[in-house]
Amino acid sequence: MTDFSTANRSMPPPPSRMRRTGGVKRALLRWLLFAGLGVFALFYLMPLFVMLTTSLKSLEEIRTGSLVALPRTVTFDAWHTAWSQACSGIKCEGLRPYFMNSVLIAVPAVAISTMIGALNGYVVAHWRFRGANIIFSLMLFGCFIPFQVVLLPMARMLGLMGLAGTIPGLIFVHVIYGIGFTTLFFRNYYVSVPGELVKAAKVDGAGFLRIFWSIFLPLSLPIFVVTIIWQFTQIWNDFLFGVSFSQAGTQPVTVALNNIVNSTTGVKEYNVDMAAAIIAALPTLLVYVVAGKYFIRGLTAGSVKG
Amino acid sequence: MPPILDIRNLYKSYGTTEILKDINVTIEPGDFLVLVGPSGCGKSTLLNCIAGLEDISGGAIHIGGQDMTDVAPKDRNIAMVFQSYALYPTMTVAKNITFGMKVRGVDQATQDHKLAEVARQLQIEPLLSRKPAQLSGGQRQRVAMGRALVRDPKLFLFDEPLSNLDAKLRVEMRTEIKKLHHNLGASMVYVTHDQIEALTLATKIVVMKGGVIQQIGTPSEIYNRPANLFVADFMGSPSMNLIPARTQRMGETTQIEIARPDGPPLVLQDTRRPDLPADIILGLRPEDIGAPGFRQGPLVQTSPCRVDVVEPAGADTYIVAHLGGKEVTARFHAETEAQPGSPLEFAFDLTKAAYFAPNSGERLN
Ligand SMILES: Nc1ncnc2c1ncn2[C@@H]1O[C@H](COP(=O)(O)OP(=O)(O)O)[C@@H](O)[C@H]1O
Ligand SMILES: [Mg+2]
Repeated sequence: MTDFSTANRSMPPPPSRMRRTGGVKRALLRWLLFAGLGVFALFYLMPLFVMLTTSLKSLEEIRTGSLVALPRTVTFDAWHTAWSQACSGIKCEGLRPYFMNSVLIAVPAVAISTMIGALNGYVVAHWRFRGANIIFSLMLFGCFIPFQVVLLPMARMLGLMGLAGTIPGLIFVHVIYGIGFTTLFFRNYYVSVPGELVKAAKVDGAGFLRIFWSIFLPLSLPIFVVTIIWQFTQIWNDFLFGVSFSQAGTQPVTVALNNIVNSTTGVKEYNVDMAAAIIAALPTLLVYVVAGKYFIRGLTAGSVKG
Repeated sequence: MPPILDIRNLYKSYGTTEILKDINVTIEPGDFLVLVGPSGCGKSTLLNCIAGLEDISGGAIHIGGQDMTDVAPKDRNIAMVFQSYALYPTMTVAKNITFGMKVRGVDQATQDHKLAEVARQLQIEPLLSRKPAQLSGGQRQRVAMGRALVRDPKLFLFDEPLSNLDAKLRVEMRTEIKKLHHNLGASMVYVTHDQIEALTLATKIVVMKGGVIQQIGTPSEIYNRPANLFVADFMGSPSMNLIPARTQRMGETTQIEIARPDGPPLVLQDTRRPDLPADIILGLRPEDIGAPGFRQGPLVQTSPCRVDVVEPAGADTYIVAHLGGKEVTARFHAETEAQPGSPLEFAFDLTKAAYFAPNSGERLN
């Protein structure tokens, strides 16, 4: 007891002042960090805010009011116009038909390229064959070929296939271009599945497709989410392929948006342009909100434990 | 009746690297064959070849008298238990066990019946609706066994099934596998790098090293008459003393001379008069060296040696001395009073002595 107290007394006084200054410094740093992050966040949100408020104002109010002011009277007229009346070129039917085109392009293209990627990844990771490495390297290489390089050959190909200017043609292009990425995603996910699992299934009598279907697919939800988000964003936001390989009537929403914004004669209808831009961006936004959680999880997941 | 498994002149290479060289093994019905060897010696590869999961590069594998070269794993009438258990992670225990039957189109009633039977046998009934991630290591092990058992195969293949369990569970499961083998009367090939597992489980042991079979024999043959230095060193714990020595044939005996760091060499006489080269390695297990009087017989000889280390091990005390430039372990009674640095009378029993050629490592007697 006594020993303990003397030992305690003989210890140097706690360095409280030092600790306090250190704590202040740390708190200050943290606040600076948050302030910095806040500024960046504002910087990114500002355009969205302006777009949103502008789209809800009347043209009159836009002309007279400030850019960053909230709308005095909220009106959805601009949204109506953008959706069903805005003119691109000679036609004035709004974004709607082109939005539908984008859906018709993106949904099958995402589905097909993701399924093919899953199968490819499964093969590359677990059914090694002669030349598998070379084929996989070529696919990786395919991910990094700039879009511009393939434009002319692809146009010729589509022409030969009779798909020039059609929606199936655009689906085809996006599937081809997406396979490299989807294969890479699935391959990297599936290599972490132990090979003994495949061996066990083979001894159990399952074949190539059965193993894929019964064992790999059920544990693939996270990587499917990642791949679908990635592919959907790529395809929905694509402009270059859309503008190169479409014709009047088959253009995707990105191309139509560009035409609406650029072809207005006379008064520039900022509120309609803003509404149109938000409409065009909405699906990708929605996909992130719904599945973003899985996206992060899927990107970081070590996937499977036996 | 043909042998259950007959491997003839099997070769296996990956690219230009030969992994398995000229493997010849036969298993009779009811045999428990253990493939034992250090990590990387090709045991799993051999097992995969038997299962048909790897193509072979040369030779032939027959199961039940039938050539398996072009037969798929599922048609080989085998079941396999993997080191990582390889349970299907998204399926329940019940689904894991019945997956094979489902794939083969066995009717539901039979599936249920067999599942119930195996679950009872392995006492895993309460686990049937769980996923593998919700099981302990020992439980996963049982499920993996269950998946093999429902198959009711001609031949069981086990790839280090106990190596991921803690020591206590490993001993329990070892006993249980032995019981299982006894009750089923099934034929098994069991891979392990643990020589104790090999000695306790096997009816027949195959010792491998670097893709080459070193020796095939019963546990007692392997333990008592190792065919070369590798087997002598690998099998048994504590391992066999391998002592460099010089020999000379003198009249009625062969004299074996072992250098000692202090004093004159230790000289032992083998009255069986084996014909040995001048330089040999004497193999003597720790239990063949002990206190004077620990055994009687014409081949038991005593001599004082300086004690280096004393290692009490419960039932016995192991005493280490320096002989022939090697640490030599002897097994003494637990009560033995010995001081490191002081001399102690050692008795050497040459009855089971093994003599090896230092260069080739082959056994000479
Ligand atoms: N697919 C493969 N390609 C090339 N080498 C391999 C392959 N599989 C195993 N090996 C090699 O074969 C040897 C034997 O491996 P393995 O049979 O797994 O050993 P063990 O099961 O005895 O530990 C090792 O050296 C290993 O590196
Ligand atoms: Mg192995």
